[in-house]
Amino acid sequence: MFHIYCPYCEEHREEEEFHPKGQAHIARPADPDACSDAEWGDYLFFRDNPRGIHHELWVHAVGCRKFFNITRHTVTYEILETYRMGEQPTITAESLAREEKADKVQVADGGQQTVGASDAALASMKGAQA
Amino acid sequence: MSDVRLFDSRPTAEVEAESPLVLSQLDERARRAPASPGVTLRERAFLGHLILRGGAIVLDEAVRQVLGVSLPARPGALVLDESGERSIQWLSPDEWLVIVPDGEAFSLEQRLRDALGDAHFAIVDVSGGQTVVELSGPMAREVLMKSTPYDVHPRHFPAGKGVTTTFAKATAILRRPDEGRWELVLRRSFADYCYRWLVDAGEEYGLAVSTGD
Repeated sequence: MFHIYCPYCEEHREEEEFHPKGQAHIARPADPDACSDAEWGDYLFFRDNPRGIHHELWVHAVGCRKFFNITRHTVTYEILETYRMGEQPTITAESLAREEKADKVQVADGGQQTVGASDAALASMKGAQA
Repeated sequence: MSDVRLFDSRPTAEVEAESPLVLSQLDERARRAPASPGVTLRERAFLGHLILRGGAIVLDEAVRQVLGVSLPARPGALVLDESGERSIQWLSPDEWLVIVPDGEAFSLEQRLRDALGDAHFAIVDVSGGQTVVELSGPMAREVLMKSTPYDVHPRHFPAGKGVTTTFAKATAILRRPDEGRWELVLRRSFADYCYRWLVDAGEEYGLAVSTGD
């Protein structure tokens, strides 16, 4: 029972109109025949399970039926931003870590997840967005 | 001209057409209309519904030429022609719904295809797949507020807007062609269910079903 901003409809809509579709920004190997089993398995089956910032693919299933991306905090469930397909997020674990400048924040490969980013860092990032 | 084979889904008037609400006994309900109804429900059956898909710039030119109105590019926009009988609604960034009076869909599709030529587009006649139910009266908004989570306050939902949203646990296109009317574009399989929902939801406001024009 919350509202999600659809970047295509350009307004907030009821959550029940949307459907989550898993992790975003997963690129299919350009040449599947040439990639190793490990690479293909990683692409096909393995997904991040971060505590913190997560970039997800959602679909506005009842509205415009377009896919788009959501940056969500998996601890607070807070939606930090939504952006169209093909665009890059402005809020990432790395950007939050830079904001934080603290040792306790760990950034995993690719900047797709973080641990221990404080609420203050999140709040200031949101402030920069608005 | 694209080489898509076309057929008229309703070629003659001899074959009797049935609306999705044919078994819903609207006549029966219409006879029991309250004296001063708060909401009036009317079905706009057998309108021509076309789905246009393609780039906005390409379609806009053809639509201006054929229908004489510009394609609504703004999300949620609904545009009517001067008579108010033909409308185009934004459904998604590359998809529009055109609703025209009975019997015009086939010729409109042909004219649009002629105008679009070899451009990259799709036109699908979905007239048989959905029907339009119109709500009017002072309490129409109250009935909608019971049925959909979408904000139907005039400040948020002015005339000339239309959205696809959840309605009565089903999905419907909700649109407001002018100040006094709300239109619901219902899918064929949901039509009877939504009609019954509306009759139930409208009971407390005195819902009248109108079957005449």
